[in-house]
Amino acid sequence: MKKLAITLLFSVFLLPLSSVTVIAAGGAGVEHSGANINDTASLQRGAKWYANYCLGCHSLSYMRYNRMAEDLDLTEDMVMENLVFSDAKFAETMDIAMQPEQAMAWFGKTPPDLSLIGRSRGADWLYSYLRGFYRDENGAWNNTMLPNASMPHVLWQVQGIQTPVYRQETDASGFTHEVIDHFELTTPGIQSPAEFEETARDIAAFLDYTGEPAKLKRKGVGVWVILFLAFFTFIAYLLKAEYWRDVH
Amino acid sequence: MSSDDVNKGRRRFLVATTTVVGGVGVGFAAVPFIKSWMPSARAQAIGVPVEVNVQKLKEGQLLKVQWRGQTIGVLRRTDEMVTGLSKVDDFLADPESQNAEQPEYINGEPRALNPEFLVVNMHCTHLGCVPQMIPQVGPQPFDANWNGGFYCPCHKSKFDLSGRVFKGVPAPTNLRIPPYSFLDDDTLIIGVSPKGAV
Amino acid sequence: MAKVASNLSKQAGALLNWFDDRLPVSAFWNNVMTGYMAPKNFNFWYYMGSLALLVLVIQIFSGILLAMHYKPSAAEAFASVEYIMRDVNWGWLIRYMHTTGASFFFILIYLHMFRSLLYGSHKAPRELLWVFGMFIYVALMAEAFLGYILPWGQMSYWGAQVIINLFGAIPKIGEPLTQWIRGDFFISDATLNRFFALHVIAVPLALLGLVLLHLVALRENGSNNPDGIEIKKNKDADGKPLDGIPFHPYYTVKDIFGVGMFLIVFSFILFLWPEANGLFLEHDNFIPANPLVTPEHIKPVWYFTPFYAILKAVPDKLMGVLLMGASVGILFFLPWLDRSPVKSIRYKGTWYKVLLTLFTIAFVRLGLLGMAEGTPAQTWEMRVWTLVYFMFFVLLFFMSPGGKTKPEPDRVTH
Repeated sequence: MKKLAITLLFSVFLLPLSSVTVIAAGGAGVEHSGANINDTASLQRGAKWYANYCLGCHSLSYMRYNRMAEDLDLTEDMVMENLVFSDAKFAETMDIAMQPEQAMAWFGKTPPDLSLIGRSRGADWLYSYLRGFYRDENGAWNNTMLPNASMPHVLWQVQGIQTPVYRQETDASGFTHEVIDHFELTTPGIQSPAEFEETARDIAAFLDYTGEPAKLKRKGVGVWVILFLAFFTFIAYLLKAEYWRDVH
Repeated sequence: MSSDDVNKGRRRFLVATTTVVGGVGVGFAAVPFIKSWMPSARAQAIGVPVEVNVQKLKEGQLLKVQWRGQTIGVLRRTDEMVTGLSKVDDFLADPESQNAEQPEYINGEPRALNPEFLVVNMHCTHLGCVPQMIPQVGPQPFDANWNGGFYCPCHKSKFDLSGRVFKGVPAPTNLRIPPYSFLDDDTLIIGVSPKGAV
Repeated sequence: MAKVASNLSKQAGALLNWFDDRLPVSAFWNNVMTGYMAPKNFNFWYYMGSLALLVLVIQIFSGILLAMHYKPSAAEAFASVEYIMRDVNWGWLIRYMHTTGASFFFILIYLHMFRSLLYGSHKAPRELLWVFGMFIYVALMAEAFLGYILPWGQMSYWGAQVIINLFGAIPKIGEPLTQWIRGDFFISDATLNRFFALHVIAVPLALLGLVLLHLVALRENGSNNPDGIEIKKNKDADGKPLDGIPFHPYYTVKDIFGVGMFLIVFSFILFLWPEANGLFLEHDNFIPANPLVTPEHIKPVWYFTPFYAILKAVPDKLMGVLLMGASVGILFFLPWLDRSPVKSIRYKGTWYKVLLTLFTIAFVRLGLLGMAEGTPAQTWEMRVWTLVYFMFFVLLFFMSPGGKTKPEPDRVTH
């Protein structure tokens, strides 16, 4: 009887999770980023990359400069001098000056706000996306994570230009496809490949943070809450055990 | 269920401990709920300091600006207005502004960093209406000896041109002075005290 | 010291008397707590009811606070949720309480219902108790569905789109009915606004009323227990059940311990894993609702997926909707489908253990398949488990009267 109950409990709780993990990890080519939002220096570098290379087009319209400064250990002066290139005030959100109409004309679509991209895509996807730009045979930019993305490779001077090397692959139904085997760095950039990995990781960590700034705080709070509850539950157990000595 | 071997002391102790620890827990849990009513980051962003350019302000002109949703008056006083302040001292409830809500660097009759500019929270200290400025000297329906000042239409409170309250009106204290400072001769910033002052 | 304390307690007693003369405070306490005799052999499964009540309270408190900052309009809803998550002091905690609470409500209710399948708590004389409970479950599903649209993300939008269109399967009135529900020709501001009203006022009121009925019906016959025998059959000279103990203090202290254990698990999810890997908060719902772009993979939240799988298993739209409705509706009749002479699984014989195990596996598998992408093989698997799901009730009806049983004991085992 007990065994049945335990087995069922396990199946109810554990099976769904494992199966969903499979679904979540199913995306092709997502690499582990190692992005760590508790690494403040990494977040600071990510913020700087973002402000210099992304914030021209992609707003973070739910993120306030002053909140970011507080969470990233930056002073008001540091933020206003190094990260704000518009006339935004310190307490305002990280918006962009570009009008949607201009964006339509330049890119064919409005660059999306990226406040929550860290939550909908995840840091690993962003890391892979940032490293997934390549120049195809036609000389156009493409991306492994988001084929035919309308965004050009903004960081190409930093990373350099990589071109794909293909190989043949036969799928289960017997069809042969050309798939990308690996990339070759045809034009080196300012950074070495290892340095650029670090840069992509920093930006991914920064966007992971902006997706949910409360994440920095909530884990710390949570540990204390759980410790307190454990203490409470221990006393409640003693109380229960004391009264239940009556019951034979 | 025999009550012979019941350790009553232990029970009482455990009931008390559980109640206290549980009560502390409920208290902790209440904190986020209560704090969620405090002004949010957005409300605080809207409440950031306001810069006011006073260069174009004419003598005797009152400029109203919003700071934290409050109406702040910036009055460029004439010399006569400033020198005339002491005339009404005898009719004021608190001429020295001892009970007034104002920064420590504000004192004296002019109640200003620069006597020429009065920066004052316009909301009546009675119930929050915004008084009218009536700068003309001379008899008024509400005061035969009017020397110029602010008059609240809601409940007939009167203040002089430094925002000091008259005797015998419902408003309990002088008009409030917000923290402010001068960025340069022509620009003042409301919500920021001068450097080094509290 | 002792004198002060005795004086204080005297005064407290006088105050209580004052109230008792005007309001039956003591009588009520005695009736539902100290004088309410509960079986002494409750096990793990008997924590779920009081914990569900706790979660109801958590949802009401956190919901009231959220409603103070949330804007029920298509233009502002998504941004106002992010405003809560970032700008409102502790807003993230209040929102995560509500989202975590929603999923835990269903976890507890499913375990609570499963307890009934184990020990026959739905059987006479507790049929109405079960029926009220089923109404609570249906109201809870409505509440969860209505609330899920409020963040106005992609899953909110397209989930509501799919569910509302289910009503379109009804012949003739289907199309006008969906327009009536939406108040528009597509999911729009009007839909969001009315769903908000239903979510924060109408359904919670109904839920509270149903919970009250559920508790009154429980008090009338008292709790069942893991042995499924009535403790009122064995009474002492004073007319008190021999196997009963007063609910207070014995089950209050036990439930306080249960609350502590539960809150540890609850806080673990809330603070350390609130998305639960996309199960409790779905990744696509962090993208604002966009009527022009359908997400690649639409599925309801996990607590609906078993029924969603039954819907997907049927190739016909109307039949699928009917079968899905039947899969919930048939549960209402459980007290009359289970015709076994004994209540508890302990004395029901192997046939019931096999049936219940298969039913549980079917339910869990359907839940998992409801989340999956839906390959042809999975569709066939869904059909098999749908059949198993319904066969449970059919076989229960026919096997329970004659099914082998073991003799029930006279007194509860402890």
